[in-house]
Amino acid sequence: MCLAIPGRVIEIERRSLENGEVSLTGKVDFGGIRKSVSLDFVPDAAIEDYVIVHAGVAISKLDVEEAEATLKLFGELEAFERESPRTDPPKD
Amino acid sequence: MKHVDEYRDGALATTLSALIDAAVSRSWTIMEICGGQTHTIVKSGLESLLPESVTLVHGPGCPVCVTPLEMIDKALHIAALPGVIFTSFGDMLRVPGSSKDLLSLKAAGADVRIVYSPLDALTVAQENPGKKVVFFGVGFETTAPATALAVRRAKESGLNNFFLLSSHVLVPPAMRAILSSPQNRIQAFLAAGHVCTVTGYGEYYSIAERYRVPVVVTGFEPVDILQGIYMAVKQLEQGRHEVENQYRRSVKREGNASARSLLSEVFEPVDRSWRGIGRIPMSGLALRDEFSHLDAERQFEISSLAVEESSLCNAGLVLQGLKKPTECPSFGNACTPERPLGAPMVSSEGACAAYYHYRPGGRAL
Repeated sequence: MCLAIPGRVIEIERRSLENGEVSLTGKVDFGGIRKSVSLDFVPDAAIEDYVIVHAGVAISKLDVEEAEATLKLFGELEAFERESPRTDPPKD
Repeated sequence: MKHVDEYRDGALATTLSALIDAAVSRSWTIMEICGGQTHTIVKSGLESLLPESVTLVHGPGCPVCVTPLEMIDKALHIAALPGVIFTSFGDMLRVPGSSKDLLSLKAAGADVRIVYSPLDALTVAQENPGKKVVFFGVGFETTAPATALAVRRAKESGLNNFFLLSSHVLVPPAMRAILSSPQNRIQAFLAAGHVCTVTGYGEYYSIAERYRVPVVVTGFEPVDILQGIYMAVKQLEQGRHEVENQYRRSVKREGNASARSLLSEVFEPVDRSWRGIGRIPMSGLALRDEFSHLDAERQFEISSLAVEESSLCNAGLVLQGLKKPTECPSFGNACTPERPLGAPMVSSEGACAAYYHYRPGGRAL
């Protein structure tokens, strides 16, 4: 149920509501599949941003800097692991 | 797919597995809260990458599984009424009530429809002004904002034929209930990354402190989960009990401010029964009085229902992490995804369904 997947915003439509608020709907590309998604909870999302979408609603804008930092950390962990070989036999 | 494939890298998984192995000096029991994480763990065989001394216990984070039987019977009652179009997520349709499920009601002629989003249910209501359209809202804090958005739009547009049957529930009260149980054996939590995307993780500090358990907010891909386990194991080994965030690309400490604000505008916390677990104080979300005209529980007359659980189903023990699915005598014989006795065998996030589909020998038992 909490499955949410990242997709790339390719279009944003702003619609004024009767109460004066603005509703944001985006077209979001999920690896080639495009869906209409509410962007009301990510008002600062822009075209080309990645958003994390659950049940037709974007719940966050993916933080690219944090994603890159995580991947960089993974690279460092791999290097660390390569440089400190373990002596006990590998597990199956 | 970008921002997904990077976290499914086999070599990286092997590295993290070796790091976990090197970090562990004794036995630890860690619970992943979310059923989505359970599925990744079982489907990707992550347990085979962990040392035997690290035990993963599957948590109650399957909303379909914990929806109380009484609520499902209410749904069945409303869905059978004339003039009603009943909508929910696909998983809900096959969850057994006391005597039947929504899918069999649909087969018998009721207008029951699967929707992908609560906003789709709103569209059904707009397109069918002569019908009463009910959305059965289940899910944790991840899903509740989408429901809140549909409810607020219905109110603002003066729609008088859209109703919500709310079975939304909250994660932190369930964590406290698990940790308070005398049978508790959980020493650390992997908190659910998408729940925290909405709520942030401010509420988890008091849980980590009071129960002295590490809480690591964790994502959903295999590498995310292994990194979350590594962070939890390091805390346990070092005697720390802190809140850490593995899923930084989606989760901020304060969560999503506009989603949180709408949640508190539309819903209020109430006591709620969890199927298989029991009543947990302030663990459910009900519509506030300003939205009572959209509340299916208040707008449809529901006479007292005689509720009856299957005596052959061990779902409660599985949901509390006290039994593995394969330890249930009904698993794979009396209870299968085709003929489920309990919700964990139905839902795509249920632990029983995950074991049945992905574990070697799951079907053979």
